[in-house]
Amino acid sequence: MNTFVYIDHFKGTALPASWEAIGVGKTFGTVKALVFGQGVEALAKTAFEYGADEVLLADDPALADYRAEAFAATLGKLAADGAPDLLLFPTTTRGRELAAMAAIDLKTGVMVDVTALEAADGKITVTRPIYAGKLLTKETCSSKPQIITLRGRAFPKPAQQAGKSGTLTKVAAVTGDFPTKVEGYTTSEGGVSLTDAGVIVSGGRGVSNNPALTPPSGLDEKQAEIWKAQQGFALLKDLASVLGAAVGASRAAVDAGYVPYPHQVGQTGKVVSPDVYIACGISGAIQHLAGMRTSKVIVAINKDAEAPIFKLARYGVVGDLFQILPALTAAFKKKLGK
Amino acid sequence: MKIVVCVKQVPDSAAKVIVAEGGKVSWGDAPLVINPWDEYAVEAALQQKEALGGTVTAITIGSEGSKDALKHALAMGADNAILISDPALVNMDTQATAQVLATAVKKIGGVDAAFFGRQAIDADSGLVPAQTARLLGWPALTLSAVIKVDGGSIKVERGVEEGRQVVTAKLPAVFSLVKDFGEPRYPSFMGIRKASRAEIPAWSLAEMGIPAPASVITWPEIMNPPSREVTCEVITGGSSAEIAEALADKILAEKVL
Repeated sequence: MNTFVYIDHFKGTALPASWEAIGVGKTFGTVKALVFGQGVEALAKTAFEYGADEVLLADDPALADYRAEAFAATLGKLAADGAPDLLLFPTTTRGRELAAMAAIDLKTGVMVDVTALEAADGKITVTRPIYAGKLLTKETCSSKPQIITLRGRAFPKPAQQAGKSGTLTKVAAVTGDFPTKVEGYTTSEGGVSLTDAGVIVSGGRGVSNNPALTPPSGLDEKQAEIWKAQQGFALLKDLASVLGAAVGASRAAVDAGYVPYPHQVGQTGKVVSPDVYIACGISGAIQHLAGMRTSKVIVAINKDAEAPIFKLARYGVVGDLFQILPALTAAFKKKLGK
Repeated sequence: MKIVVCVKQVPDSAAKVIVAEGGKVSWGDAPLVINPWDEYAVEAALQQKEALGGTVTAITIGSEGSKDALKHALAMGADNAILISDPALVNMDTQATAQVLATAVKKIGGVDAAFFGRQAIDADSGLVPAQTARLLGWPALTLSAVIKVDGGSIKVERGVEEGRQVVTAKLPAVFSLVKDFGEPRYPSFMGIRKASRAEIPAWSLAEMGIPAPASVITWPEIMNPPSREVTCEVITGGSSAEIAEALADKILAEKVL
């Protein structure tokens, strides 16, 4: 199968799911990786090291920043000329959007956020979660090219072979009067992206309930609750920094104003699948469980032994998270030699 | 400003959704509600109308029962609503849905902006806003957290993996909304009364002047996910330090860190 793989990157740093997509593409035959940007030839080299046979490099000032319309125009031209059987994207914000537009331009469909796939006679049947993972569906596409976006961490990242190279083909960007202009970026707080994280430490309503804390005077009840929650989340952050983990939160914690929305895990937040998910003070509402149930090892720390989160957990501690968390941070520090 | 907001009716996010006997998706007696993301779209549309004047029209594709999602939008403050309903509009993939919505936006005529939620919580595709924009030839300002419209110029902040991307464009445009935009308002008592009395016209494909768009994606099987065979090992005994020590050892023994 002639496969195109779109390499998603931000200022020259690829999102890891792009390399996973090359790995998937290789199982079907030759892979042409698409690298769009300005001054991004180094990415082409890395794409070869992850297994791309050829890189189509569109290096152009017009592609300096991701813009859906400009990127979709170049992508559409390359796909029309190269007639791939299969177009793979990582399921990132940009990958999803480009796949959507490419499907319109190429008069085909998209199978989105796929977690497994099988091929027979050139036709691919995918499996993907729906209802935030409460159900799975199989899908097929009757038209060509088949466009698929792959969920991050659902497929193995191929081993990087230093020095491996392939055919570098420079292609022209489709330039024109595109309707959007990128003014710049406002960065989020630092830290690990939830969807790429191997370990997530996540907090819920219970993180605000430390009875040992006395809020500073002058706060009203709501402010005092948020202040207490922030002290609680600081304990989660301590553990996260020792484990190189991202910090997540339940919808209840986000809605209560404890942490900003980008941390939310669940049906109306991010769906995550880390190796280890440590749920602190999270009871386990169905919409939260839907967002993290495919984590490999789930650890629950909760004072309520009846909390539904324990039904998914491999390890549980029924107790006071304000006592357990600092002790757990200390234990990992010692054991990991940090 | 003439605004269209596209909404969908879905099972509530708290619903226990399963594949029942016969392969049908069932959400038990959980209520059907307006897609939670679409409430942000309605809120964003109403804020633009309040700032700049104009009208907000809510549209949906579905059966008679989907009028409830439109009524929610009306109760929040939308001016009118249209149900797109046709027996041929079943099992549609996203590009077919986008074709119907783009046709509806054109038929409404003179539309400056179409607002969507970032995705529907049933199929979780998140493709329709960008696909509708592509069909209309309008800029796709997806995942918007902040929207400022000044004359015909737009400035949005889009939520992406690395933070926010600040983008400018011109109307007409398609927007999709993320939760960072801010809490949607609750329907007012007056709004609920108005919505309950509203006459909602239904458009068929014939009235829209298009044949049923062909879907290319099919769903041969929907399944319950494999059950997680876990028994929770509860770590007990001793001080917090001893429990933490034991738990850390267990996690390290999984060899996934």
